[in-house]
Amino acid sequence: MVVQIPEMDFGWIVPEIAMTVFAAVALLLTLFRKKNSTWLFVEAMPLVGAIVALYFTFQTWNGNIDIFNNLYTIDNFGVFFKGLSLVILILVTLLSYRYIDREDMARGEYYSLLMFGTLGMMIMVSSNNFITIFIGLEVMSISIYILAGLMGGNAKSVEASLKYFLLGAFATAFLLYGIALIYGTTGMLDIREIAGYVNSGNFMVTPTFMAGLALLIVGFGFKTASVPFHMWTPDVYEGAPTSITAYMATGVKAAAFAAFLRVLFTAFHPFLSGWTYMLWILAVATMTLGNITALKQDDVKRMLAYSSIAHAGYILIALTVGDRTLSSTVLYYLLVYSFMTIGAFAVVIILGRQGSPNTGIESYAGLAGRHPVIAAVMAVFLFSMAGIPPLAGFMGKFYVLTDAIRGGYYWLAIIGVLNSVVAAYYYLRVVMYMYFKEPEAEIGAPDVSIGSTLAIAISVVVVFYLGIFPRLFLMIAHTSSAIFM
Amino acid sequence: MGAIGFKFVVFIVAALLVIVSSLLMTTRKNPIHSALWMIVTFFAMAVIYLLLNAQFIAVAQIMVYAGAIMMLILFVIMMVSLDNGAQEQKRFPMAMGTRLSWALVVVVLLVELMFAALFYQATAKVGSYPAEAVASLGNAKTMGMLLYGKYIFPFEIASILLLVGIIGAVVLSRKNK
Repeated sequence: MVVQIPEMDFGWIVPEIAMTVFAAVALLLTLFRKKNSTWLFVEAMPLVGAIVALYFTFQTWNGNIDIFNNLYTIDNFGVFFKGLSLVILILVTLLSYRYIDREDMARGEYYSLLMFGTLGMMIMVSSNNFITIFIGLEVMSISIYILAGLMGGNAKSVEASLKYFLLGAFATAFLLYGIALIYGTTGMLDIREIAGYVNSGNFMVTPTFMAGLALLIVGFGFKTASVPFHMWTPDVYEGAPTSITAYMATGVKAAAFAAFLRVLFTAFHPFLSGWTYMLWILAVATMTLGNITALKQDDVKRMLAYSSIAHAGYILIALTVGDRTLSSTVLYYLLVYSFMTIGAFAVVIILGRQGSPNTGIESYAGLAGRHPVIAAVMAVFLFSMAGIPPLAGFMGKFYVLTDAIRGGYYWLAIIGVLNSVVAAYYYLRVVMYMYFKEPEAEIGAPDVSIGSTLAIAISVVVVFYLGIFPRLFLMIAHTSSAIFM
Repeated sequence: MGAIGFKFVVFIVAALLVIVSSLLMTTRKNPIHSALWMIVTFFAMAVIYLLLNAQFIAVAQIMVYAGAIMMLILFVIMMVSLDNGAQEQKRFPMAMGTRLSWALVVVVLLVELMFAALFYQATAKVGSYPAEAVASLGNAKTMGMLLYGKYIFPFEIASILLLVGIIGAVVLSRKNK
């Protein structure tokens, strides 16, 4: 038996190869860099790599092909999320430039791990096989564990890294156990094969299978920071370097939701009635707990961490409804959410100083008087998160709640609306501090750089664009999620 | 009593050994004793793998886990050299009631899983490498064909995973300039 690997297959994974090569080159450049010479080439790697990978990713749009013995899949759903993770990589890199310098982190490793993390996301969102999904998820997670601890001298950063690693390893075990139980009952690892087998009629739902499904939900629930698997989120988001927090809150969450959505809507869609109530409880708990705990936070970074938990709850509403034709909502919401979250964290970064992050809410007092532009963009991001029209966050919430009503989940829609009202309080509280409070202490000039300005500018434009003209990207999201139909 | 009966007896002995030694491993106060019991667990697991006709995994289990990984664990224990004071304090300050209720939850879940596994006939499809095929092809050969053939893509990604792990170990343990 001779196994042949078709050479054609490699043409489809050029974006992944590009990411790997650029990450490795960034490492090597760091190794052979002369002392006191420029960091420019190392710093350019993630940007150039992401742009090259983006170009080749868009070439595979409408590709729809299974490669490497069905272990890897090129489809529009994967292309959408690959594109999203690469755009997130670009934004995070832009706002890292000044920040890395300021906090004195290991640059070469930082950028190459960012790229390896993105590679992991790209792999986990475009596979229909549990093995590839799992390995992609691990590449992503391990890169993030390390990135969270890169602020070596900072005890909080080390704590964040260790906490995320230990709990993450635990969640990985749950996920793996779930996959093992499903493999044990069906004998298959390909989620489309499982779907076909389940629909074929000679399949019997066993408790073992359902236990496997439940464990899978636990594993993915951890990665998406859903209540009750959210315990790590506030501490890790607070302790990690802020640029990495932005990366975790957007990239990791988007990739985890993408894999979650693919697994649930492909393999387990026939058991909709089996998991929909589990997700119902998760969605309600995630929204409510995230929002209510955020009310009490006086630290903006921590508040944004709870807010990101709450946003995961809104996305879970769309998953709970379980309507395959409406899954584009999840994609749209994640797109919107990524831009507004990165924007808000970028503002948090530029207000900080070396050694004093200035994330307390009192640092924001009177910001509008001193730096009207920064206060205005922060207000845009916060209003968008609160879901105030015409910003993108409103459209995201609008589609999610419409889904819930179309699917007949009226209570879920009501709880969602009530939660948005609660959330408005803590977002507007920061705005109130910025515009109507007198500053208590001088925090100095903001640490603005070209990179962070660019990242914030892109985010603001996108937040307005997606809020006022949602149609184009909604259509793209719809085409991407057509794989489930 | 034929070959099947013999296999069954060996399995029962190995399984009991795994359970007892892993229980002992988690309850020992002295970390070195825990580590030693862990080796016993690994060896007993290897016997179970052998019974399942998975010779390659059995050998890998002994060489990698009982050999290399165990050495690392022992090294770490000796280097960190826990002082007695640290061992004395209670590591899980929980009330008896809380402990019992957690234990109950764990036991209920395990029993459920056991019943589920015992009383429901699995309807799984048979893989392309049942025990007979493996016996005629040879274990390592089958593994190699799968790893470097069908599963080449995840295998390559796993190498990146290892690279990331190495970078992490270096960058996190390096002293700050």
